[in-house]
Amino acid sequence: MDRYFLIASTFCFLAAVVHTVIELRAKVFRPMRFNFFAIALGFIFQTAFLWIRGQELGRCPITNLFEVFAFLAWSVALVYMLVGPAYRLSLMGAFTAPLVLLLQGFALIAPIDTRRSTTIPANSWLEFHASMSLVAYGVFALACIAGVMYLLQERQLKTHHLHSIFYHLPPLTNLFAVITRLLWWGFALYTVGIVSGFFTGHPLPRVQVVAAIALWLLYAAILQARHLKWLAPKRVAALCIIGFSAALALLWGITFTAELHRVP
Amino acid sequence: MNLFCIGLSHHTANVATREQFAGNATAESIARQAGCAETLVLTTCNRVEVYAVSDKRISTDEIARCLMAQTNRNPHNYAPPFYRYEDNKCVQHLFRVASGLDSMVVGESEIFGQAKKAYESARTSGAVGPYLHRLFQRAFRVAKQVRTHTDIARGAVSVGSVAVELAQRIFGKLSECKVLVLGAGETSERTTRALVSRGVIDLRVSNRSLDRARELAHTVSGRAVPFDDWVAQCREIDILLTSTASDMPLLTAQILAPMLWERVDRPLFIIDIAVPRNVDPSVNDLEGVYLYDIDSIRSVAEQSLALRRQQVAAAEAIIADHVTEFVDSISRGLNRLSRAAEHPSLGENPLRASEL
Repeated sequence: MDRYFLIASTFCFLAAVVHTVIELRAKVFRPMRFNFFAIALGFIFQTAFLWIRGQELGRCPITNLFEVFAFLAWSVALVYMLVGPAYRLSLMGAFTAPLVLLLQGFALIAPIDTRRSTTIPANSWLEFHASMSLVAYGVFALACIAGVMYLLQERQLKTHHLHSIFYHLPPLTNLFAVITRLLWWGFALYTVGIVSGFFTGHPLPRVQVVAAIALWLLYAAILQARHLKWLAPKRVAALCIIGFSAALALLWGITFTAELHRVP
Repeated sequence: MNLFCIGLSHHTANVATREQFAGNATAESIARQAGCAETLVLTTCNRVEVYAVSDKRISTDEIARCLMAQTNRNPHNYAPPFYRYEDNKCVQHLFRVASGLDSMVVGESEIFGQAKKAYESARTSGAVGPYLHRLFQRAFRVAKQVRTHTDIARGAVSVGSVAVELAQRIFGKLSECKVLVLGAGETSERTTRALVSRGVIDLRVSNRSLDRARELAHTVSGRAVPFDDWVAQCREIDILLTSTASDMPLLTAQILAPMLWERVDRPLFIIDIAVPRNVDPSVNDLEGVYLYDIDSIRSVAEQSLALRRQQVAAAEAIIADHVTEFVDSISRGLNRLSRAAEHPSLGENPLRASEL
């Protein structure tokens, strides 16, 4: 039953993607109200799915890879809803919808929704650690999207080949300011997530801890280099994409090892 | 009622012919001489058009004669370049004109302001009645819709506007940008004015002749910088506009690269409109530097025009919908008018009622 909400949500994001593709092909970009409303509706369905699944499990619904991907997609949509209109970043919805569609599409198609036969008691610290880390990943995902937009705009300006999308993407300096803010927010949330992991009362697999700290160090290094003006904005944008790819790989690894160890 | 438009434009007549008919007649004088119920004259550098409503058919020659009233030439000599659109063709033509589809530079927005001015002028003189009032109000609505719902007005098509557009795509608000103008020629002055009109406040002008630099700086509310000091300014500025007559590049990658270390997180936009170029092309390879010479600016302008042309079909579709809707609504209004004439007890003028 709850899967239907996720399917409905996926269709909303699919509608946003199809709408963008049609406008891209027609070389006409209108103010992306449609995208915002499609994402907002998708977000409502995502929330409904997570709430029902949470009620069923009696805990935060991040007990398997399927739920983790759904929760991550929800985090991305949540951060977009908070960031997109606040920073008036046109076209951010057009870039966010495909990412959410990919995450949810994969979650729905891959056979990863393995339900456990016994009810596992909830550990509030573990839930806090996992959910905070996933929201941080959502913020990093938005930083990655802003990074893609930055590189796209920068490339057009550098090569002097301006496509119609050029006139709808935000200015470079605005994008860079948003990337910086998102990196700081994501880093702060991720720090809280990692620190709370040490209060779970369960021994965590060493590989997970090392990988999580390595990712934390990567983002710390990006922010430090940005703060000290060692890195040009273009490189920071590229590192945002690399950082989020690493975060996704880490997420996969953590969930996979958690499945093996069955940590409650 | 007969709605028509008679005129000539850059499509049908050269400037020598157009100037024979421009500015000689007002809407009021044409209404009086030709016996039109309502008249409006739209005169721009690219067109002279008369929009009118009359009970009887008025010939093109008659309108041509009115337009050239101050000269003694034979209007038949000029009749060929005149075009004539009637009823829904006239409505469609006006909607296209107001939306910038009939302009020399497709999608330009100046025509919208000129049409509004012409309408205001005719309205003040009492030459516009309910019919032209509704027609022009609808035309302004259509023009706004076309601009909002298509990319017809997107992209810049002149050196100054391309420079401003690119600067805005890099920096967003230009009010915080520091601009150095190197060389005080006519094109750089025009481009500088375009930047100032979009909010640039911090302007520095450098020229081999300090007096000329001061003169331009005074005109654009900037400050003059001695020519020997301009290179050092590259550490601070965001936009460099060069147009000196130097035979050799004044700025090379070797000169600029060390300065970029101090401004790694701030882009530098260079507009080099000089021929020969003042900035070595290899400067564009430096990270965070966006160099546009006169050819790349022209290329951007051409890309913008091509983009606008791609939008014409979408704009025409919006216009077609409005033409059908407008013609239908006017027909309904006229039917009510004729019914009211047959039954005076109904009293009210339905066209005026719908207008109110």
